[in-house]
Amino acid sequence: MGYVLEVRNITKRFGGLVAVNNVSMGVSAGEVVGLLGDNGAGKSTLIKVISGVYKAEEGKIFFMDKEVVIDSPMDALAMGIETIYQDLALAENLNTPANIFLGREKMKKALGFLNVLDHAYMQSESRKILEKLDILIPSLRNRIRALSGGQRQAVAISRSIYWDAKFLIMDEPTAALGVAEQKKVIDTINLLKSHGIGIIVISHQMHDIFQVADRMIIMRRGEKVAELITRQTNADEVVSLIVGAETVIR
Amino acid sequence: MTRRMGLASFLGQRWSMAFLFLELVLFSILGGGFFSLNGFQIVLFYSTTLALLATAQTFVIVSGGPGIDLSVGFVMGFATVVSAKLAAGFDRMGLAPELSLLLAISITLAMGLLPGLVNGMLVARLKVPPFLATFAVQGITYGVALLLSSGSAAINVPNLANVIGNGYFMYWVKGRGFSFFTRPDVPRGANVFEVIPTMVVVTVLVVAVAAFVLKRTRFGRHTYAIGGNIDAALRAGINVKRHLVIVYIISSFLATLSGIIYMLEYVTGKADAGSAFMLDAVVAVVIGGASLFGGVGSVWRTILGVLILSILEMGLKMMGVPTFDKFIAVGVILIFAVLIDQFFPELIHKED
Amino acid sequence: MGDRSAVITGAKAPGTFFAVLARNWSFFFLLLSVVVFSFTGRNFFALSNFQSIIHLATTSLLLACAETFVIISGGIDMSVGFILGLSAVSSASTMQVLYAAGWSPIACVLLGIAVAMATSLALGFTAGMLVARFRVPPFIATLGTQGIAIGVAYHICGGFPVGFIPPGLTEIGNGYLLYLHPPTGAWSFFARPDGIAPTQIREMVRVLPVSFFFIILALAVLWHLLKNTRFGQHTYAIGGSMDAAVRAGINTKRHLVFVYVLSAGLAGLAGVIDLFQAGTGNYTSFGAQAELFAIAAVIIGGASLSGGKGRIAASAVGVIILKVLENGLNLSGVDPFYRYIAVGLILIVAIVIDQLFPDLF
Repeated sequence: MGYVLEVRNITKRFGGLVAVNNVSMGVSAGEVVGLLGDNGAGKSTLIKVISGVYKAEEGKIFFMDKEVVIDSPMDALAMGIETIYQDLALAENLNTPANIFLGREKMKKALGFLNVLDHAYMQSESRKILEKLDILIPSLRNRIRALSGGQRQAVAISRSIYWDAKFLIMDEPTAALGVAEQKKVIDTINLLKSHGIGIIVISHQMHDIFQVADRMIIMRRGEKVAELITRQTNADEVVSLIVGAETVIR
Repeated sequence: MTRRMGLASFLGQRWSMAFLFLELVLFSILGGGFFSLNGFQIVLFYSTTLALLATAQTFVIVSGGPGIDLSVGFVMGFATVVSAKLAAGFDRMGLAPELSLLLAISITLAMGLLPGLVNGMLVARLKVPPFLATFAVQGITYGVALLLSSGSAAINVPNLANVIGNGYFMYWVKGRGFSFFTRPDVPRGANVFEVIPTMVVVTVLVVAVAAFVLKRTRFGRHTYAIGGNIDAALRAGINVKRHLVIVYIISSFLATLSGIIYMLEYVTGKADAGSAFMLDAVVAVVIGGASLFGGVGSVWRTILGVLILSILEMGLKMMGVPTFDKFIAVGVILIFAVLIDQFFPELIHKED
Repeated sequence: MGDRSAVITGAKAPGTFFAVLARNWSFFFLLLSVVVFSFTGRNFFALSNFQSIIHLATTSLLLACAETFVIISGGIDMSVGFILGLSAVSSASTMQVLYAAGWSPIACVLLGIAVAMATSLALGFTAGMLVARFRVPPFIATLGTQGIAIGVAYHICGGFPVGFIPPGLTEIGNGYLLYLHPPTGAWSFFARPDGIAPTQIREMVRVLPVSFFFIILALAVLWHLLKNTRFGQHTYAIGGSMDAAVRAGINTKRHLVFVYVLSAGLAGLAGVIDLFQAGTGNYTSFGAQAELFAIAAVIIGGASLSGGKGRIAASAVGVIILKVLENGLNLSGVDPFYRYIAVGLILIVAIVIDQLFPDLF
């Protein structure tokens, strides 16, 4: 089918509640798919299944046309699936380089035999990636706690990009950002698109979705109710699908 | 949506009560003597101190932070010393026993507010971590208590204390009927039924008031709010600083009360009277389902925890189990208790 | 939920051991205390006294390091005090039994240590599993293992210190690097110079207790572990945001088990040291407050019970401050009763100053 990432018949339950009900979808290389739906529709749960935080009760996941098993975040990351969560999942008590390299810290040898953290390397690499994305963070040594919402978002995005994501999931990437910063995020998404990375974007900002997404998938109460091609739809239709009762596949 | 309400789930939700019941049964069979009026009363009597301390701790733990009051044990000890010394002193001055005790108790209660005030100010206004603040205050209180008692137990408390402290709420003599608070004069060997120690009644009343305050008043609800999410509480307009000060004062007050009751029961004042209870108090609160991070907890469930611990201790003692095995037992039970709390809710509250 | 007492420290670079020391108000407070007590205390400002403080603080320092790791990870370890006791008692008993059975002293000692460490690590593993896999709150889990430790220790020793262990332990435990006898000019390493009569011992000068080397080494290793390794970094991360750590792919469950095993292991080590220093196995070294003491020291050092913050150097300073206060007040002739009050008051004043003027240092 040519999908970078595909999920088939994913069902995820929490006790008696069915959060994701038999959802199938796929994303091709260089394609941005917008995942839309109201609160509680199951969008976050679905992406957490893909990113390894949750394990689905039913369904299969395919990465690069091969069936894979994702049991933990480590599995997803190892495959090149990077996720930027709505709450950013940053450690506030650590600084920028520490967060970018969290879980994948670079070590070096000191005194010939001791393995120590290579702070210098991590700092310079962080600086590079931030510059590449045109993000300004005055002091990399500050704890994340001291950064603004936009800066934190930038750190989260840089982290995913630094690790050569083959597939990127972004949950509300522009939510807490100002206009200029939002534009930067959009530009970044387009840039990644051009590199052939498959991207899922969850967002409430209709404007952003229409700007970057090639296709849209709309969920309601855990089910997929619509799959649309952006060019062939409009905001009104999308909104009515999010809240309404139609099921449309085009 | 499936809802399973079998016996297992029902018991699981109320595991602590089930556990308590099991304990009673177990110890009655093994050691004898629990399922008797006397047995129950002994247990309740010995639980009074811990009950008040644990209630004090409940307020502080619920208020979050993570909050803990390390000083309750030594405020209690302090209270025993102060009340004992005052009572003895007034007695020596020639005041009637009733007056001596009344004055002693009142003054002690007033003085007992001080550690709480200091704790509260440190934590709320000066942002000192509760652990450190109460740790420091604990040391100071202990030192003062030691000074006042010169290191030894305080004695010469008027006997009225003993009468009150070890007296019963109600007496019944066959043929003579009921009499309250005072032991009826009967010929030796006559059968007197003693019903409910007075101190137990007092404790229950105090605990009931505390429970009411925490569960049903606005003050109580604000305490939960602060413990659950202090930012939200602030933004909702709650005067968090003043509230926390009051919480620690309440804790100190209850600890003081606990000390006074101890003094009445044992007719003596010891600076370290409460040191053994300190940890048990926190354990009881946690068994009662509170979270050490705050926002969750309940006075009655804490009391349940107190009873579980007291019965355990008494049961083991009755069985002749050496004291330190008690620690192993408590340790294992504790872990067991929390594990059940983890697993059973998952069985029951499946629609989350 | 956050930590209500958190003070925003702004941009502070991770630093060397000594840079950290200098940044902490507690270090300056320590210096201040030393200065004050030098005037008020009898023989306070003396080499022998300082060395004695450090020597006796060895076990507390180990416990504080243990708590540092645990508290940074967002937990708390209530069992360290009694694991120390269990370790002391179990190693002593083992040594006693084997020695009486005729084994060589070295074998007895080594086996005793092995037994102590094994039991400590086992308890730490239990606590770690409870916390990591069964999500038991650390306070409860470690209270549980504490209870088990007390119970087992009591069973082993029946409440009495365990003696009759192989000779020579105390000499190692209380040994000094260099012994000088100024009047005669005699000196030697590690042992009293030959020919010094017991009556002349008073004039002897001892330099650098063996414990000092041990604890410096231990602190250095633990400092390195916390600051320079992935293990340390991940500990901070888990304490700061468990979610972030999980989603970054860190195996938090396994990590937490390690943290509690480490903590218990350090406590076990402390127990062995205690045995070497005291010569007998005591099941409770400083009474039931050992863990509170250690935790307080760690918090004085700037850690927070909410996790994510803390440093080895600062915790060490916290311990030394408390010990110096005790020692200084004692030598200044302060009544034991007043000592509790004094320590409490001084602590409060110090903390308050720190909170009121966070930028002072």
